[in-house]
Amino acid sequence: MKVVIMGCGRVGARVASLLDHNGHDVTVIDSDAAAFRRLSDEFDGDTIIGTAIDEDILRLAGIEEADAFIAVTNGDNRNIMAAQVARMIFDVPQVILRIYDPVREDTYRRLGLTTVCPTTTISAMILDQVISAAGEPTRPRVVKEG
Amino acid sequence: MYIIVVGGGKVGYYLTKTLLNEGHEVLLIERDRGKVETYNERFGSVVLAGDGAEAAVLANAGAARADVVIAVTGEDEDNLVVCQVAKQKFHVGRTIARVNNPKNEQLFRLLGIDVTVSQTNHILNLIEQAIPKRAFIHLLSLRHADLAIIEATITDDSPVAHRSIDDIELPVDCVVAAIARGPEVIVPRGATIIEPNDEIIAITKREQEDELRRLLVID
Repeated sequence: MKVVIMGCGRVGARVASLLDHNGHDVTVIDSDAAAFRRLSDEFDGDTIIGTAIDEDILRLAGIEEADAFIAVTNGDNRNIMAAQVARMIFDVPQVILRIYDPVREDTYRRLGLTTVCPTTTISAMILDQVISAAGEPTRPRVVKEG
Repeated sequence: MYIIVVGGGKVGYYLTKTLLNEGHEVLLIERDRGKVETYNERFGSVVLAGDGAEAAVLANAGAARADVVIAVTGEDEDNLVVCQVAKQKFHVGRTIARVNNPKNEQLFRLLGIDVTVSQTNHILNLIEQAIPKRAFIHLLSLRHADLAIIEATITDDSPVAHRSIDDIELPVDCVVAAIARGPEVIVPRGATIIEPNDEIIAITKREQEDELRRLLVID
């Protein structure tokens, strides 16, 4: 599978490294060359310096043959714009993007994009933990290390 | 009319000022709190601090009753999302986005923005027109039909000089709209002869602009 990833932060670098490790053809785009140091040492894919809201950069990254596009920069709006370019201009079959703002996430999910919202996901996980912990008859013990 | 302007840079500032002067109800949304304070002192309380792409901020601004939302920040992705959220979430009738990178103009329209304004293209056009002694000038792009208006100055060695309109083979989607000859403006007929020093105003599909250029000014 050919995958183009925009944003080489912690999430982007990890997804890229894992996909690459599993034998997929991965290209990562980031505007900051220093970001690529987050990729695993074995990473064998391509890296491109630039912004994926630029069609020319996307073409360079091989978007025309891509099976999936993943937008995980820190900017919600940048992810949203890049994802729509990938979907509308280049007809990429699978487009996944991260949106921190839950309301914006809802808007773009309704428009048919595959969105991941860390804010709601992580809040739900924390709440689950708090509630299940509160359901226990005794308070969990604090274990000290060392 | 109730108009929401997002982005309080130079464009947003003067736009707000002009719209207020015209008697509209205007709200400017700007991220920088320092600017918000300054502007509120100047305009009265018409500036809201916040990120205009955030639905909560737009809701606060009363986007649901806004007639127009105008996004004029320096970032294309922000302008796009402001307009899309305004449209999808608040059903604003008319959204206008400033486009900083001319390449994005078409994309914005494809993504449902009603009006795009590309200052870079406008400035390029104005400068192009101001450069003297250019034989072929792109005067204006007509947005919806992908049409352009061009001006060409005919010289003695132009391929169409001394020939009638009927006689020259214009590209398919082109029409000569007017000929400026000295102080006169001629609305051409088929029999009108094109003369050297004529300034031809033509309307053309954008994709035929180069073909027209070759026909009128380059042998």
